[in-house]
Amino acid sequence: MVFPPKSTVKSKAKMDLTSAALDQVPTFDGAGWADKARAAARDRVAAMGLPVGRDEYWKYTDPTVFTDTDPRFDGAVAASDVFAGADALTVTIVDGAVTGDLPQIDGLDIQSLADAATADIHWAQDTFGVLEAAGQTNVERPLAAMTTALAQDGLMIQVTADIPQPLRIVYATAGGQANVHHVVKLAPGAGLTILEEGLAGARAATNMEVAVADGARFDHLRVVPVVAQRDLNTHIFARLEADATFRSFTLTPGGAMTRNEAVIDILGDNATAHIAGACLGDGDFHHDDTVFVTHDAVDCESRQVFKKVLRNGAKGIFQGKILVRPDAQKTDGYQISQSLLLDDDSQFLAKPELEIYADDVACSHGSTSGAIDEDALFYLRSRGVPHATAVDLLTLSFMAEAIEEIADPDLADIVLAHLEQTLSARQ
Amino acid sequence: MDDLQVKDGVDAETVEQVKALSGEYKYGWDTDIEMEYAPKGLSEDIVRLISSKNDEPQWMLDWRLAAYRRWVQLEEPDWALVDYPKIDFQDQYYYARPKSMVEKPKSLDDVDPKLLETYNKLGISLKEQAILAGVEMPEEERKVAVDAVFDSVSVGTTFQAELKKAGVIFCSISEAIKDHPELVQKYLGTVVPDSDNYYATLNSAVFSDGSFVYIPPGVRCPMELSTYFRINAENTGQFERTLIIADKESYVSYLEGCTAPQRDVAQLHAAVVELVLLDDAEIKYSTVQNWFPGDENGKGGIYNFVTKRADCRGARSKVMWTQVETGSAVTWKYPSCILRGEESQGEFYSIAIANNHQQADTGTKMVHLGKNTKSRIVSKGISAGVAQNTYRGLVSMHPKAKDSRNYTQCDSLLIGDKCGAHTVPYIEVKNNSSRVEHEATTSKVDDDQLFYCRSRGMDEEEAVALVVNGFCKEVLQALPMEFAMEAQQLVAISLEGSVG
Repeated sequence: MVFPPKSTVKSKAKMDLTSAALDQVPTFDGAGWADKARAAARDRVAAMGLPVGRDEYWKYTDPTVFTDTDPRFDGAVAASDVFAGADALTVTIVDGAVTGDLPQIDGLDIQSLADAATADIHWAQDTFGVLEAAGQTNVERPLAAMTTALAQDGLMIQVTADIPQPLRIVYATAGGQANVHHVVKLAPGAGLTILEEGLAGARAATNMEVAVADGARFDHLRVVPVVAQRDLNTHIFARLEADATFRSFTLTPGGAMTRNEAVIDILGDNATAHIAGACLGDGDFHHDDTVFVTHDAVDCESRQVFKKVLRNGAKGIFQGKILVRPDAQKTDGYQISQSLLLDDDSQFLAKPELEIYADDVACSHGSTSGAIDEDALFYLRSRGVPHATAVDLLTLSFMAEAIEEIADPDLADIVLAHLEQTLSARQ
Repeated sequence: MDDLQVKDGVDAETVEQVKALSGEYKYGWDTDIEMEYAPKGLSEDIVRLISSKNDEPQWMLDWRLAAYRRWVQLEEPDWALVDYPKIDFQDQYYYARPKSMVEKPKSLDDVDPKLLETYNKLGISLKEQAILAGVEMPEEERKVAVDAVFDSVSVGTTFQAELKKAGVIFCSISEAIKDHPELVQKYLGTVVPDSDNYYATLNSAVFSDGSFVYIPPGVRCPMELSTYFRINAENTGQFERTLIIADKESYVSYLEGCTAPQRDVAQLHAAVVELVLLDDAEIKYSTVQNWFPGDENGKGGIYNFVTKRADCRGARSKVMWTQVETGSAVTWKYPSCILRGEESQGEFYSIAIANNHQQADTGTKMVHLGKNTKSRIVSKGISAGVAQNTYRGLVSMHPKAKDSRNYTQCDSLLIGDKCGAHTVPYIEVKNNSSRVEHEATTSKVDDDQLFYCRSRGMDEEEAVALVVNGFCKEVLQALPMEFAMEAQQLVAISLEGSVG
């Protein structure tokens, strides 16, 4: 027996909130493929209802900042240049709209959603909104469906070769809210690395649907800029076929509210999925990593590695799940979530779950929370390292396991250098 | 097992043991005894009836009625990872007592021999002698006082006189309500309030009996106390309430056992256990839960919805929950510790075995409120057949619980590819001087270990039982000795038919 998912209670307050929000969403009566998908997404939101604080999946994060009709922040965010030094193909998205010429090289077909949506039929239509809809199976994710319905732009990326150059997506905004929806489709044996930086809006929502075919590789690296007043909710929906590899890492060195959800379905044998994140929280910082990995094939490996360093009342949340479906034998599942609380006001709230229906598996998870190691600090101080530097060094070493998840050493160096710089810049 | 083929070189003792272990559910028989029932269904009148049957004072009735009125407003929780047909709360009896218990017997000698025989057959002696689970000890060294609860009433409590000498009160809760109202009123519902959850509220309204223990300051209870719960009547829910108060610097070890006859229709059991610990007090609470699990096709069995909580109010108080959960069709049980007193400690050791169609959703809550509090959780879940076994737990470090410590280890073992093992821990840390560590693993029975046992001449089922016992060792060691032996055997019985 595999338990059916428990749907959230459709309280009147929830449905009232939802219909008020949907009043502002167009009805999408266009005949194009994209509008059809958006209308279906709108229907999903209507059926599920927007999240409210009483929903189990929002136990530790108040969804109000995402569901309020008006965003609470409206500041501009300039484009960042963390990956400027990486030899990458760059696309700029300003206020949620793709700008400038798109790079076209052999094996890489990139179109903007706005352009692609005007076509009658499109290669992205079997993926756009489809992986998101499938990702609603075990847990309802109404915000993702809302983003699918609202996003007018994003990148439709089709990869047919192993592209050595990373594709860099840079966001910038003059303020307000933005919804962006990307689709990445990797053909068998293809490969792509995506670097994401900047913010699409002061309240930004991003969906990324990634279909990784047999033997294909997808690497994803994301660095969120240090902007205090911004709210961000992102969803990654990945589908892995046999021998596929998926790796994603996110660095969040500041900000107000973040909810990063990742839904990874491993459908083919011998596939690998790694998802990792590190965050530095200060003050009014609330960072929620919610991950759901489903193993539905044999001989697959998944890893979830999340590290949170928090101070001045910052909150770190981790909700992780490994679901091993019947017959997904020889699964190797690993999940670690750790927090380093630099003072007494900060909080770490975690719900690391395992749900396992196959017997020949090795699944484990660990979760720890504590203060900085006084002995290590004392050692560094006795060697003449100033207190603040010593704390930064220990913070870096604490985050190392997550950063090691970045496969490309050059890119890992860039992320590490950026992290060091952020650490030394803060008071 | 009569046609058991004995291989050469297997000694007689082993054969006996395997025979003894291979009975299916050993306690599935019923006692043919004349019963008195309250009318079927649940209403305010039934609550009044239960209260009047127990000859209760007005304050107790008022408390029950308040709980009942609250319960009517509540919705049955559905968050646990268990799946069972909706319970019709109007289609069962809430009170059943043997006719012979209408006039409460003055002493154990007056108790209906059929009832005494029932407990004898279960291996529970209500004679005042020191035998439990077949372990004989010199009389002075090991005594166990027993409170025997049969359906809705307590049949009798042994060693009351001797305990009284030490100042210990050990009696049924219905007696305590009459004889020690000041203690009951002061503590009942203060750990698990009647508003706590659906089943605790139901229990508050309709509980019929249970055990009451009070250990006065400075007293180390001279013997182990135990309650044996037996559900016998058909279509009857058992709702017992246990309240244990360990006053300053006292100590008690309390054992709880439960069985029920094999019936086709599932039966409800919703108990509440409240433990109160004052300064420097210590309670060890051990449970071997062996309610009828339903047959191998999932028919019948007990729905076990239990709320157990210990409130470590005093500084340096210590509570230890140990549970071996092998029975019940559906288990929903989270013995918890509220670590309020400074330097108080909570421990939770659990073995939960689910075989055939059993479903277990069990775990603990450790709520750290006081400074320097410590907790330790060791949970071993075993799934076989098509069973589902979930560990669900909470570790919460409140902002004021400075310098506290938690260590959690949850291991799951899967036997067969049709069962499930799940882990749902909640970890909430709200200060930085506390350390919380949680680890969990899920794996199957190790082939190498099995092979080794098989090469030594064990059959597959024996080998699995041995490996599983090894897997559970840390928890078994935390049990009092008699229970540990019973538990080891239970582990083997519960896994009956899970291999091959």
